[in-house]
Amino acid sequence: MSEAAAAQAVVRLEGVTKTFPRGGVTALQDIDLELAPREFVSLIGPSGCGKSTLLRVIGDLTAPTSGSVTVNGKSARQARNDGDYGIVFQDAVLFDWRSVSKNIALPLEMLGWGRQRRKTRVAQLLDLVELTGFADHRPWQLSGGMQQRVAIARALSFEPSLLLMDEPFGALDEMTRERLNLELLSIWEQTGNTVVFVTHSISEAVFLSNRVVVMSPRPGRIAGTIDIDLPYPRTVETREAPRYFELVTEVRELLRSRGEHLLPEEEAVLE
Amino acid sequence: MTLRLRIGAVVEWLPPLVVFAVVVGLWEGLVRALHVQQFLLPKPSTIVSVFWTERHVLWPAGWYTFKEALGGFAIGSGAGVVAATLVGRFRTAGKALMPIFIAANAVPIIAFAPIFGAWFNPVSAQSKMAIAAVLCFLPVMVNTLRGLQSARPRQVELMRSYAASELEIWWRVRVPTALPFLFTALKVASVLAMIGAIVGEYFGGALNALGVTINSDAQVFRFDAAWAGILVASLLGIALYTAVVAAERIVVRWSPEIRAS
Repeated sequence: MSEAAAAQAVVRLEGVTKTFPRGGVTALQDIDLELAPREFVSLIGPSGCGKSTLLRVIGDLTAPTSGSVTVNGKSARQARNDGDYGIVFQDAVLFDWRSVSKNIALPLEMLGWGRQRRKTRVAQLLDLVELTGFADHRPWQLSGGMQQRVAIARALSFEPSLLLMDEPFGALDEMTRERLNLELLSIWEQTGNTVVFVTHSISEAVFLSNRVVVMSPRPGRIAGTIDIDLPYPRTVETREAPRYFELVTEVRELLRSRGEHLLPEEEAVLE
Repeated sequence: MTLRLRIGAVVEWLPPLVVFAVVVGLWEGLVRALHVQQFLLPKPSTIVSVFWTERHVLWPAGWYTFKEALGGFAIGSGAGVVAATLVGRFRTAGKALMPIFIAANAVPIIAFAPIFGAWFNPVSAQSKMAIAAVLCFLPVMVNTLRGLQSARPRQVELMRSYAASELEIWWRVRVPTALPFLFTALKVASVLAMIGAIVGEYFGGALNALGVTINSDAQVFRFDAAWAGILVASLLGIALYTAVVAAERIVVRWSPEIRAS
């Protein structure tokens, strides 16, 4: 790998291993992964494969036991301090004591942005996630899907180059999830972020990503990577294309081939 | 909208008002019908008339005691919040201090009253404030601590992703999370403060204090006056409680629970 190529990668993981001292569980073992700018990469695998841990390692929310993590050519710690990434969790994690617009503005307040500048930016973001008119609502007055759109707007507010998403639509119903998948792609096309997207859903991973990274559990490892060569912009028709079904099958088979030690409930995830 | 609100307010207040009227009516009727002795239970109408005729004594006495209760409430609650902050921040200090706090709270407050009387001037307001403060301290401290520790791990993790310092996490997440817990405790403490001040006065206090007045009225069989004093005490207790509820509605108006109530 040349110096220039290394500098280009938004995320670069080399030999990342994470063991938890309690019980000696190896959550991640020897993970090598590289993300180019504007890439949309999904991490998929059964429970316990370490995909969420991997996301937290990238975000410097947990430290790897060994191996190196670079984000935009910096250490993960430095990247976090510089606001290089925004994160979205499965639960929207909104603050009840803040209105929708103030929830979105929270990171901007912490960066010391002035009131007027925050207001302008929040208006843009509300427009981006199609929540114009909900600025003064309280989080608990919104549906689950709307709450998650607020969380996405908040994560993008300070224009980080990287967006980390930990099963962001996992708690939503199928129809809302599919609509938000389309919206997320349209947001991504406008903002040009690099996205790491953790999911349990094969169809979601294939529909959204450039690349699907399949992980296997105990210890958490990368079982294989599948390039998704479906053209963008993807639409509702994409889900009906023969190539889409081939890729879904390919991901499913890769998951299955590595799933011989799975517990019954993890087997169910793969169905 | 306003009309609906008014109807809503009436519907909300009607049941307690009806219950209150029925209880007072039954009390009045039964005392008259059964010829209950004055010293056992005076009629509500007698209590109210004494409440009015003795107003020059009772109301200033109530106000004096109310100030003691308010002082104790402020000191005890303030100390409770400070202690919760320290204990929440420094776990080891918390583990060392908690048993002492709990042991102090397990002692019946009546046992402390003569001791505080000896520490401070027994006639002074400070000794009553001290008793009220001790009563208020633990509920406020325990609830505030619980609140400060109730921030969801994901919220803290989100703040870490913004490279927030511990102080910022405390101020932007832990404090707002603790506020509803704090107000629950303050409501309990507001009632305890009034009890503490009056109990303290039973062991000696200024001649124009409510607890002293109630006590001496009872000793000379002026039970109607004692009951009128109790009425003053409970009205002032309700006033303090209501003030805390009003503050809660302003400060925690974002809470879905407050909105619903």
